[in-house]
Amino acid sequence: MKGKESFKTAGLVVALLLFMWALYMIFIFVPTEATMGISQRIFYFHVPLAWLGLLGYTLVFFGSIMYLWKRRSGWDNFSSSAAELGFIFTTLFLISGSLWAKPAWGVWWTWTPRLTTALILWFIYIAYLTVRFYASEKQQGARFGAVVGIVGFVDVPIIAISTSLWRSEHPGALVFQGGLTPEMTFGLMVSIAAFTVLFVYFLAIRTSLKQQEMEVERLRELVEQDQ
Amino acid sequence: MSFLSKSLAVARKETIAELRTREMVFAVLVFTILVIVIFNFTAGVDQEVIRAAAPGLLWATFSFSGTLSLNRTFVREKENGCLEGLMSCPASREVIYVGKVLSNLLFMLVIEIIALLVFTLLFNIYVLSPPLLVITVLATFGFATVGTLFSGLSANTKAREMVLPILFLPIVLPVIIAAVRGSEQVLAGKSWAGLSPWFQLILAFDAVLSVVSFLVFPYVIEE
Repeated sequence: MKGKESFKTAGLVVALLLFMWALYMIFIFVPTEATMGISQRIFYFHVPLAWLGLLGYTLVFFGSIMYLWKRRSGWDNFSSSAAELGFIFTTLFLISGSLWAKPAWGVWWTWTPRLTTALILWFIYIAYLTVRFYASEKQQGARFGAVVGIVGFVDVPIIAISTSLWRSEHPGALVFQGGLTPEMTFGLMVSIAAFTVLFVYFLAIRTSLKQQEMEVERLRELVEQDQ
Repeated sequence: MSFLSKSLAVARKETIAELRTREMVFAVLVFTILVIVIFNFTAGVDQEVIRAAAPGLLWATFSFSGTLSLNRTFVREKENGCLEGLMSCPASREVIYVGKVLSNLLFMLVIEIIALLVFTLLFNIYVLSPPLLVITVLATFGFATVGTLFSGLSANTKAREMVLPILFLPIVLPVIIAAVRGSEQVLAGKSWAGLSPWFQLILAFDAVLSVVSFLVFPYVIEE
């Protein structure tokens, strides 16, 4: 247990250092984008958040398959934790997209393929969490969650194709006229690394918290049986 | 008995139950026609406006009426312990799934085709053309595969009917997008070739989601 704890602390420290580096990169190091100016810097938050939304659901899918196969509650704790985090980061992605859309396009929301896909992914996260919430007992919730985790995951690429086909007749605004400079790419990579380490740290904490909750539940039942 | 004939037996049982009780198709059909009538008050009488809004309206209606009818699939079985009886039959859960998909497909298609007739009649827009019927059949198959899976799932939750739309609608969204866009092309008088990207999209959805739903369905009705 001790080794596990120090491993987690190390994760937090690495995340903190990476975030300080990322903040330096985003606000001082990277050049200001020519056409959009300062507001483009939200890009270095926006893209990592999108990545975490997708990473989250990929982990939900993986954990769901493992749960249905092995039937170990650890896998269920893993995938439900990944879903909670993925949901939060997808929400932040939608908010950051909205904040960026206002100065860039003058509206709070546009139906670009990517934003639309993210919105549907967000609804699929809600579906996953809803099923667990309404399940009549814990194991059923785990099973139903795993089913939604698998079906939702295979659907995401089809949603992405359909939204881009749907919008192909109305091309959206071009975000970058000249692409990214090497400094911008580097800044983005640092930011993605920082967010990913943070995600992994949160995932480890949340999963072990759920394990401990189950352990407490089990012990309480034992005590109640004795009385 | 082969897998298919067992599945057909399940589908036949569903159809007989529906014909005897007339619980679902009639109510959903009336609901569907009511939605079309309400549409009249939102789009007005301008033929151009109606023509532009028709594909979206049709598929919004079919999505809602589909949800409504899919809900009955397993809620009906929960009463009187029918599901336990069905599961004690010498048939695998996959057989039950395929049988239910077939019967749901049949019920939804009956409702949709009558709705298309009513639509043609009320709005003087001919929506019964062959390409539109093909879109309807393919899209409804997609609805039935995913919907039957989620119907089994939601019927076993505490909130029952309330859960199905939350699961069903985001997942079938690609089908709705493709069906709306495809129907637009048909109403605009485009040829079959112009429809092919939308056909491909629905077919891809049908292929992938039917296989995945088939594989995970046994986990839904486990107990």
